[in-house]
Amino acid sequence: MAAPTPPAPRRLSLAFAAFWRILVEPAFASAVARLRAGGADALADASRPAPGRLQEAEPNAALQLLGLLQQEGRLIDFLEEDVAAYSDAEVGAATRVVHEGCKKALRQHFAIEPVRSEAEGARLTLAEGFDSSAVRLTGNVVGRAPFTGRLTHRGWRVTEVRLPKVAAGHDLSVLAPAEVEL
Amino acid sequence: MTEARYAVGIDLGTTHCALSYVDLAGSQGDDIAQAVMRVPQLTGPGAVEDLPLLPSFLYLPHPDEFAAGDLVLPWTGHPGMILGEMARSVGAQTPIRLVSSAKSWLCHPGVDRRAAILPVAAPDEEVARLSPFDASVRYLAHLRDAWNHAHPDADLASQEVAVTVPASFDPAARELTAEAARAVGFDRLVLLEEPQAALYSWIHASQGEWRRQVRVGDVILVIDVGGGTTDLSLIAVTEREGSLELTRVAVGDHILLGGDNMDLALAHVVKNKLAAEGKVLDPWQVQALTHGCRHAKEALLADDSIGAVPVVVPSRGSRLIGGSVRTELTRDEVARTLVDGFFPEVAADARPAARSRGALTRLGLPYAQDPAVTRHLAAFLGMQTGATDDLPGFAARGGSFLHPTAVLFNGGVFKAGALVERVLKVIDAWLAADGAPPVRVLAGADLDLSVARGAAYYGYVRRGGGVRIRGGTARAYYVGVESAMPAVPGLDPPIQALCLAPFGMEEGTEAGVPPQEFGLVVGEPVRFRFFGSAVRRDDQVGVLLDAWPPGELEELEEIEVTLPADARTPGDVVPVRLQAAVTEVGTLRLEAMPRSGPEHWKVELNVRNPAGQ
Repeated sequence: MAAPTPPAPRRLSLAFAAFWRILVEPAFASAVARLRAGGADALADASRPAPGRLQEAEPNAALQLLGLLQQEGRLIDFLEEDVAAYSDAEVGAATRVVHEGCKKALRQHFAIEPVRSEAEGARLTLAEGFDSSAVRLTGNVVGRAPFTGRLTHRGWRVTEVRLPKVAAGHDLSVLAPAEVEL
Repeated sequence: MTEARYAVGIDLGTTHCALSYVDLAGSQGDDIAQAVMRVPQLTGPGAVEDLPLLPSFLYLPHPDEFAAGDLVLPWTGHPGMILGEMARSVGAQTPIRLVSSAKSWLCHPGVDRRAAILPVAAPDEEVARLSPFDASVRYLAHLRDAWNHAHPDADLASQEVAVTVPASFDPAARELTAEAARAVGFDRLVLLEEPQAALYSWIHASQGEWRRQVRVGDVILVIDVGGGTTDLSLIAVTEREGSLELTRVAVGDHILLGGDNMDLALAHVVKNKLAAEGKVLDPWQVQALTHGCRHAKEALLADDSIGAVPVVVPSRGSRLIGGSVRTELTRDEVARTLVDGFFPEVAADARPAARSRGALTRLGLPYAQDPAVTRHLAAFLGMQTGATDDLPGFAARGGSFLHPTAVLFNGGVFKAGALVERVLKVIDAWLAADGAPPVRVLAGADLDLSVARGAAYYGYVRRGGGVRIRGGTARAYYVGVESAMPAVPGLDPPIQALCLAPFGMEEGTEAGVPPQEFGLVVGEPVRFRFFGSAVRRDDQVGVLLDAWPPGELEELEEIEVTLPADARTPGDVVPVRLQAAVTEVGTLRLEAMPRSGPEHWKVELNVRNPAGQ
């Protein structure tokens, strides 16, 4: 799909934006270099979708986190139990253990803050170039930025990860060891 | 020796250790570059985390208990024993292998502190026990290794290190702490009393403002309730050549009573409540309950509008919902157990029901002694009525107890505002009864880390960076002399006390040599009775006391000296004199010397107890 040619003022701002991105983003710089060297062929290459690159998520950190949530907050015990057999009061009591423990594990190992600082329900405007992985547009998604809408969820972002270091060879698949009292 | 780059403060606590440091080159005046080191430690099998505190727990694992590769630290693949957070959590389930409260054992005069006695409950042939001294060495070695791992270019041994001790530690316990520090290589070592460290931390945190918050004539009472001990000190604000000075004028007795006792007391209240409902908890669950009660307590004491906080004791098995026990902790229970139990409103003339010394209160033991912190406080202030009499600017103040004008709280217990309020209410009531104004609170201290921070700041101050707290030793020391009177059948021979070290000896000073001589038998250990006094400020070296009012002298452990047999005939009696000195490190040193000649022999403060009980 060919995009329309931008008008002159917009091309000026595009040139400045490209100038800075070439300076600070090595990947962007090499893509522009390829574009300059290859001319129309490179343009054609760029317009053809590249094959998606996927990688396996590393399971160790996930196992480690599950282990921590079980150890501190008994999360696996809680989720593996059949809640249908118990009253809300009983489930509620157990939830305190899970909530307190998992919260402690979370606080200890991650620094988490909201993506948007505005109160939920507030109207806000997203400028062009907003980070679409941090802010998701929903509902009547049409037109072009700036977008104005209502904040329905503030989002969460991890700003620091402090997972324990793991001994080489430690079996992380054991989330909680069986306990045998002698 | 290379120039120290850092001043390091180590809080070697009963329940937690912490390390803080000041970058000496990057600090000037009140502008100080300080940080707290996060201590890498095992938090579970195969998991190492950096935490600001190192719990003072040591676990001696069974060889089959953990996979060999799971017990590693950044600096060693074979630590041999588990120390810190994991030791505490694993030890809760297997207490026979857990060493805890080693510091309380280190100052326990009834045991040989170098004998492998911990854990006390360990089965004899299964667990290789440690001595209280060894345990202290291990904690310090862990901090040293953590530091050296993080600072490969600044070995801890060549930094200025201040290790804190309770102000109430006796000379023997101070000596053991200094020896433990030397055993891990700290050559540039000083000891600092914990309440002083807390005050240093407050001074540092005020960024120079402290001079406006206190004035000449103030008496600052430091109340430090840690995990295992309660430590009291009085620090007077004086003036010399126009600038404010701080003088520590008195320290309290050693009181083995702390925050852990309080949490455990609450857990027992709830446990008994559950028992009345027919729900019996196993020891693991009591541990979990203690944990839950601590959280519930903090919630209740932080918010007056909450009437009760639910406490859930998780099941031990995997059935969390079906097996957990739910109960609640009420405001009334907390008020009764904690506020009224540990901080009752008492009169200024109240005294603890029993002396706390000599008996050891450990987790799991019933509280045999008076748990009322306020009664201990009343006894301390009542005993120290004359503490400021000799200071210029402090007119003799009368009253039935020494009147503090400001209070500094320290220790995690005082995160609970209700306890701070109660202590202030009690002290203000005492002051009001004597017609004195209420105390001010010196606010802004970090209750968990201020001792380590203050100790690091002290290292900076010692190099001329700020105000120092003076005061020297907070006790005078005496040796027992059997008087030459005919023995009366059925009565111990009367004993006199000869003053060897006066009150207030500064670090790095020697006392005079009293003329009295003692006969030492060559080649045989000779013991003397040894006494300390926290109130007799005017006794000079050589003063011989025939009698003293009850409570003025406190008997410490016996001291011992052995004259080597070389160049002498074993069995001969050599007359010697005894001389006291306070070392640069801050420990008391006693030496025996003959009438003439350069020889001198060290008098041991830590006597091995042959009975080993």
